[in-house]
Amino acid sequence: MSEEYTYAVARIRALEVSLFSNSTIDQLIACQDYRQCLQFLEEKGWGDSETAGNAEAILTREEEKIWEVVQELSIGMENFDVLSYPKLFHNLKAAIKAVCTQEKNRHIFYEDVKIPGKEMLEIIQEKNFGKLPAQMQHAAEEAYEKLLQTGDGQLCDVIIDKAALEAVYEAGKVSGEPIIRDYAESTVAVADIKIAVRSQKTAKSIEFMQRAMAECDSISVDQLSKAALSGMDAICDYLRGTAYVEGAEALAESASAFERWCDNRIIETISPQKYNAFTIGPVIAYVIARQNEIKTVRIILSGKQNDLPEESIRERVREMYV
Amino acid sequence: MSIWDNLGLVYALLGAAIAVFLAGAGSAIGVGIAGQAAAGVVTEDPSKFAKVLIMQLLPGTQGIYGLLVGFLTLSKIGLLGGGAAQIDPQTGLLILAACLPIGIVGLISGKHQGKTSAAAIGIVAKKPDQFGKAMLFPAMVETYAILALLISILSVTAIQV
Repeated sequence: MSEEYTYAVARIRALEVSLFSNSTIDQLIACQDYRQCLQFLEEKGWGDSETAGNAEAILTREEEKIWEVVQELSIGMENFDVLSYPKLFHNLKAAIKAVCTQEKNRHIFYEDVKIPGKEMLEIIQEKNFGKLPAQMQHAAEEAYEKLLQTGDGQLCDVIIDKAALEAVYEAGKVSGEPIIRDYAESTVAVADIKIAVRSQKTAKSIEFMQRAMAECDSISVDQLSKAALSGMDAICDYLRGTAYVEGAEALAESASAFERWCDNRIIETISPQKYNAFTIGPVIAYVIARQNEIKTVRIILSGKQNDLPEESIRERVREMYV
Repeated sequence: MSIWDNLGLVYALLGAAIAVFLAGAGSAIGVGIAGQAAAGVVTEDPSKFAKVLIMQLLPGTQGIYGLLVGFLTLSKIGLLGGGAAQIDPQTGLLILAACLPIGIVGLISGKHQGKTSAAAIGIVAKKPDQFGKAMLFPAMVETYAILALLISILSVTAIQV
């Protein structure tokens, strides 16, 4: 066992104290209105002096704080590829669409990734796909050409989203860290299940589903897509025979319960890292937990902003890591 | 004075060196590991400095035990008093063997106590009120260093020079 991460894990343990627990989330939900929620978050140290009163700025600042901590821990950023790939591939998707549609909207990119918006736009404009990471090149070229030829934005999304899932899965496989491998497996499997559910609801063909889903060990793309063709009950029946049996129950309950289960499943995957003292696991788990926390706060804030009843917000709230 | 004429003294001195060197190395490794964890906690919460410092110091005892056995050995062979005793090779080897328990156990237990301390520092970071319980885990490792110390002391003192 390596002691390489001893400092990082101890620091993360100290930071875990300030993570929101389920009871803190209950307090946030119990706030009377949106304004009181923001005040509660600011009292908990969220945001900084420049973000006061601005929910989006507070949440963005909190996301930045996560990566500031990670950088201070001097851990190779390649260990976080499974977490950064979705953003990186989002930038690719946004750049291809921006170039093909000649749109000049600057606020569609993530800037805290390996290839920020401006650089990604230049690469796509120059069709210099060789400058992209190896796992992006083929998907980028294909998505760009398909969008130009057919104008089908969904097809472009499908190609890039599948490449993103495959990149996440591959990063998990090569990392050698159990938590990264398990996270990648869960992420890809949950994404496949989501694709199957949405495809079933919108009556997509089996070819579409198989084109969108990425292979992984715990889900058979072939069986899941065939089940989706037969109906929602068939998806639930198939899931009952896999490690995602609770997903079937959530699906039967409601769409939002299913979405909630998808995120809870990831938190469940990382939970054992609370008792690990010497690997990178707790650091990865902390990043995922913080992102989950920010996502949950965002859900609560939008619920409050739209005057949703407490029960309705509570149904959508994710489990916390601590 | 040829080294071959004083082989017994060389063996005995080697025993003292092994006790100090191995046990000291174990403590250095252990204190180092626990120190990294302590630094991680203090970076975020300086108020826990005293608690994590105690945790960091726990693996430091093996080095002291090794030093104690080293002193006893030096005293036994007369090097501390200024006049080295005449020791035959057989007695020298006996003293060397007597020093081995604290040397070897000190090295291994020092490293593992450091790792346990680092894990216990994680408890203090999250639940400072559980400091007493957290300290017990690395303290358990100490038991075996004390047992080795006991055997080394008994053996060194029992050998007739």
